Amino acid sequence: MVDANRCLFCYDAPCTKSCPTGINVPKFIKQITTDNLRGAAYTILSSNIMGGGCAKVCPVEKLCEGACVYNLMEEEAIPIARLQRYATEKAIEEKWQLFERKAAIGKKVAVIGAGPAGLSCAHALSREGVDVTVFEKEAKGGGLMTYGIAAYKVTPQFCCDEVDFITSLGGIHIQYGKALGKEITLDELQQQYDAVYLAFGVGLARQLYIPGEQLAGVVDAISFIYDIRNNGYPTVPVGDQVAVIGMGMTAIDAATQAKRLGAKEVTLVYRRTQQEMPCTETEMNIALLDGCKIVWLAAPTEILGENGKVTQLVCHMVKLEEDANGRRQPVITDEKMVLPVDMVIKAAGQMPYEQLVHDYQLHHSNGKISVTANSISNITGVFAGGDCVNGGKEVVDAVQAGKDGAKAILQYLLDGGQTSSSL
Amino acid sequence: MAQKQFYSICWTVDKPAAAFKLFPMADISANFLGIRSPNPYWLASAPPTDKKINVLRAFEAGWGGVVWKTLGSQVKNVSSRYSSVDYNGSRMMGFNNIELISDRPLDINLKEIAECVRLFPDRAMIVSLMADNNRESWHELIKKVEDTGAHGLELNFGCPHGMTERGMGAAVGQDPEIAGRVVAWVMEAAKIPVITKLTPNVHSVVPTGRASVLAGSHALSLINTIQSVTGVNLDTFVPNPNVGGQSTFGGYCGPAVKPIALKMLTTISQDPVTSRVPISGIGGISTWKDAAEFMLLGATTVQVCTAAMRYGFRIIEDLCDGLNNWMDEKGFRTIDDFIGRSVPTLTSWEELDINYHIVANINQEKCIHCGLCYISCEDGSHQAINLSYGNPYNTYSIKEEECVGCNLCKLVCPVDNCITMVEQRKGEEYVNWKEFQKRGMPLNDH
Repeated sequence: MVDANRCLFCYDAPCTKSCPTGINVPKFIKQITTDNLRGAAYTILSSNIMGGGCAKVCPVEKLCEGACVYNLMEEEAIPIARLQRYATEKAIEEKWQLFERKAAIGKKVAVIGAGPAGLSCAHALSREGVDVTVFEKEAKGGGLMTYGIAAYKVTPQFCCDEVDFITSLGGIHIQYGKALGKEITLDELQQQYDAVYLAFGVGLARQLYIPGEQLAGVVDAISFIYDIRNNGYPTVPVGDQVAVIGMGMTAIDAATQAKRLGAKEVTLVYRRTQQEMPCTETEMNIALLDGCKIVWLAAPTEILGENGKVTQLVCHMVKLEEDANGRRQPVITDEKMVLPVDMVIKAAGQMPYEQLVHDYQLHHSNGKISVTANSISNITGVFAGGDCVNGGKEVVDAVQAGKDGAKAILQYLLDGGQTSSSL
Repeated sequence: MAQKQFYSICWTVDKPAAAFKLFPMADISANFLGIRSPNPYWLASAPPTDKKINVLRAFEAGWGGVVWKTLGSQVKNVSSRYSSVDYNGSRMMGFNNIELISDRPLDINLKEIAECVRLFPDRAMIVSLMADNNRESWHELIKKVEDTGAHGLELNFGCPHGMTERGMGAAVGQDPEIAGRVVAWVMEAAKIPVITKLTPNVHSVVPTGRASVLAGSHALSLINTIQSVTGVNLDTFVPNPNVGGQSTFGGYCGPAVKPIALKMLTTISQDPVTSRVPISGIGGISTWKDAAEFMLLGATTVQVCTAAMRYGFRIIEDLCDGLNNWMDEKGFRTIDDFIGRSVPTLTSWEELDINYHIVANINQEKCIHCGLCYISCEDGSHQAINLSYGNPYNTYSIKEEECVGCNLCKLVCPVDNCITMVEQRKGEEYVNWKEFQKRGMPLNDH
């Protein structure tokens, strides 16, 4: 309450402008101060249906809280995420019915992927009276929120509750265990539905393309966290000396989870500096507090092993040199560093489902589906958004993509399927 | 107890050999109708002054005097008694009570008053009185109180609840004629100074003030509490404070009432009759700054209640220290040097200079881009601030030709000294409204 009352209620607020989903932050904080918690929850969730989860996983330092004008006074920013949790947790816990569906308009849309983009799109469409079927390859909804983010941020129970909260609107039917290209095909969906929204995200961690990557003990961060989330802590093997490659949120999650699972030594290896790292300072500090080490300006060049098992990670030190555009690019030097390891976790970005995209003759760039500003793909009636388009961004970006997709799809449906792609 | 000599340490640059020099601090003692106190702070007539144990602790903490909680006819108090108004997360911006005068037996009160006077002879002991509405009751009560050795009497013509239904308290203070009559009865018997406490629950405090002074009251004090309903509980639908499912109008006080008290004080300070007597100022005084403001508008002493009830007697330390330091800074030796000093600067609107003109200026280096100045000017009527969109920070600047110099933007700006008002006179000479009209000077054209 003290924090909520500190909010200055800025006009055309920088926090709102810095939120990819444009949550009216001053408004919901004001509503908290007036004990209008229901109103606050509506303000948040009507802009961002995953506002509950985003309040836990968003890199707010780089978004709303980073833009808070208190920073310019060198005072503590308003803890927007914490206030947002306060306002949304109760709504989700007590299953408040904040939204109402419009009368059915007799249209059906298929959504591929029950992650943030898919669910956001499904919710927005259902509110407008569209019947939505979501096809999800996993057994639970939530996407990377459920399977790709460390449990200290969001609990599995919360992820389930959030999915239930979203679907409680009605008009959204999720079919689990249905993967595109396996149990279902795009052709079928196009025949059975008035439109299709692709939101299947991205897959495994990016290949390093260095020798030794196939050795036992070299794992992918997404599968590592997926296994923990899906199978529980005791089943996941963890090494004594672990190297994590990358310095994004997923790298931090993998490193802290490895440490908490009993690794003696965890070293994060990143080829640039703190200035360029994708994770926030808060995240980095969590890793440091957990006892993880960080090696800056080091590029993995080879993984060595014995008897097929990883034993060493070889890195070359890097210096940053400005390229023609003034961007600091890593340049490998001769200086070498060898880390004795028994596990290497790759967390340097994720790979798009290139084969899938290619098979369906979707226009793409390096596996990322190409769409117009209105989320329209090159195939009529097929729309796309979220990580499968942007290559992997924040949950909050995916939620906004889902909203944009829903808007475009609705327009398409109301125009009688006339919108054609310019791609 | 002898007047304590206070010293402070001052750094003098020009005498390196004797770098530290001691000099006496300003004298903050007060002399109110011959009633002396080491500082001008009295605890107002209220729960903190209703028994010996409290009053002795207050004196030990350093309070200059007390006005003992009102003695008079027999009453019984209810539970609950208080409620308050919070604002934006701040507690007790305004405070409200439905407590009546002292409900302790008169003889115990009198005995304890006498003991307090004996133990702290250098502190002011004023006793608040509200007798039944007849001459004999007043005479009898005054006699008993004077026997305690108390230094002065304060007539409670202000209590806005409970007693009014019996024709006492504010019922007396609201009618100048009745007030004058009661004061006259009091003056027949009183041998010690008499202060009449005025109720603010009137159109103007001046008529009752005048009647009291003309009937012989030696001094005035104001304000008593303002009749109020602090709020309604949105679950029970019963206003606060809730007494078994019912409520009643209470008396409002605390920081929220200070501006009203200052205005009423000024009218008393400016009236030719009431300004002849010393005034004890009351109403939301929480800090030495509040006290200094009351004194600048004519109060000789000030009375404090809500702040002491909220934080305890210890607040007296900064009340004295802050006043002392401010007086040193301003070069005031005694409180008489500044009492009433601001009274002449409050004039009627018609005397104000129309040629005086100020415009706002935003210091872009200090601006945090919150947009509060913009939206308040925009929707608050003058549209004198430019908005230039940026992501995420907009830039705001003043349209000087549209700015009327109202201060609103400066008031809402959360950054100290970011918005300043710069003088841009419309003309060299002083021109008030009467003169302005006489000369047929131009009115606004939009």
